[in-house]
Amino acid sequence: MKCDFCDQKATVFLTQLVEGQMKKVCLCEACAKERGVTDPTGFSLADVLLGGLPGGAGSITMSSSAVAPGNGKKCDTCGFTLDDLRRVRRFGCSDCYATFSEEVNQMIRGMHKGVSHVGKVPEGLMALQFRNQRIEELRSRLEQAISSESYEEAAGIRDEIRNLDEVKG
Amino acid sequence: MMRFSTLVKHPADWMTGGQGEHGAVLTSRIRLARNLHRHPFPGWAKRDQRAAALDLMRPAIEALPAMKGGFSQELGDLSSVQKQVLVERHLISREHAARGDGSAAVIERRQTFSLMLNEEDHLRMQAIRPGLQLSAAFAALSELDTTLENSLQFAFDPTLGYLTTCPTNLGTGLRASAMLHLPGLVLSDQIGQVLQAVNKIGLAVRGLYGEGTESLGNLYQISNQSTLGESEETIIRRLERVISQVANHEQNAREKLLEDDPEMVADKIGRAYGVLRYSHIIDSKEALNHLSLLRLGGSLGFFSPETVMLCDSLLMDIQPAHLQLHSGQKLSPEERDSIRAEILRSRLLSLESPDSGILSKEEKNL
Repeated sequence: MKCDFCDQKATVFLTQLVEGQMKKVCLCEACAKERGVTDPTGFSLADVLLGGLPGGAGSITMSSSAVAPGNGKKCDTCGFTLDDLRRVRRFGCSDCYATFSEEVNQMIRGMHKGVSHVGKVPEGLMALQFRNQRIEELRSRLEQAISSESYEEAAGIRDEIRNLDEVKG
Repeated sequence: MMRFSTLVKHPADWMTGGQGEHGAVLTSRIRLARNLHRHPFPGWAKRDQRAAALDLMRPAIEALPAMKGGFSQELGDLSSVQKQVLVERHLISREHAARGDGSAAVIERRQTFSLMLNEEDHLRMQAIRPGLQLSAAFAALSELDTTLENSLQFAFDPTLGYLTTCPTNLGTGLRASAMLHLPGLVLSDQIGQVLQAVNKIGLAVRGLYGEGTESLGNLYQISNQSTLGESEETIIRRLERVISQVANHEQNAREKLLEDDPEMVADKIGRAYGVLRYSHIIDSKEALNHLSLLRLGGSLGFFSPETVMLCDSLLMDIQPAHLQLHSGQKLSPEERDSIRAEILRSRLLSLESPDSGILSKEEKNL
């Protein structure tokens, strides 16, 4: 039997249930290795099947231009559609969780010990937002200072912005 | 920045530290998944978006005090053997190794932290420690995470926690795992029972090498599955409790084996010693299984205690990519088997034959 990806002799055969359907892939040693198939952990047949098998459903990384034919729900931030979600069971960006909140709730039911987060909250998040806000404020003050030709004040503001930017970097 | 050859020249401390009271636990690993706020996730991002995310993350990560003098490479700049070596050292995932430009690996000098950029999530951060040290590993990694939060805005939702590409990682984004060596439970046929019990309380167990329930080298990995609805501390505490219970079972099983059937134990260890010391062609399955018994022999007193560490570093060094790196050329499977045997013979050259005096001592005690 030949490898599904090249013409070498297939030596690795995989069968897996993907969403209730039996899928089979045959690979040669080189292709199996390249696709990480020999590692039982990092690998899902779905990825092999979806990710560039001749005649497969297409790669996860492409088709961002696809338009949802169904109910047309689509993430404004990244263009991810409901169909994409059904296909890959993953999301396009962090805003997708708001866009597809109903689907999220269905998906995570029974997946974890709970449905709402307990644990670490980014402290930095607050600090960062505060600092960005402060920089914005200073920038508009700087513009004002420049347009009113108070250069001494402007220099002071500029230094302060620089300081904040440095902490950030 | 550190060169690849320097990075992999020496085994990391955590690779050879699985001794002491939890000799059955080789390493503890913590992984945190993080993503950038409003940037498309790596699997969905277009090439330039992925590059933009990388350009944002990489300088921030390289600037971490912990990463001073560390290793940082875009995956497209590494050869497939180099990437495979990092996989065999558990520094990057197999999935990550399949990637090229637009993804990167940043690894701390002593290999205790490794960060994968643009893996399935924008950032997969990992801390590894020897023995059972999940809490310590988490504390260290969480500190690094907090520092990064000063310069990167991570996607976070008050209800769903840290937002990840796949909903299976939502919430804490935490995967805590330990690698265990359980030859006593395997030899005494108790492994199935123990693993089933672990599974029942919602933890995942798998063989480190080999498929399904089969495990080469009697090496197993236990990890949490649920990431949402419990704090990091709760998840880690449960894992640590379960893992030390398994380690205790293993200890008891070893003692019982020595008591009930010392000759069988001595025979297995002796044969493993013979094969590893004198074979000229050995595949990785056979080598792993014999190294496992040699390691057991080290813990039981058939060999000096350092033998355990020697076995742990050999586990890594006999993997295919490590062999290729060692010999500096592409090897056929047959060539690998003979170079593997050569490495084993030379590294075990000074290992004295098993001291079965321990058996008579045991008998006297009885």
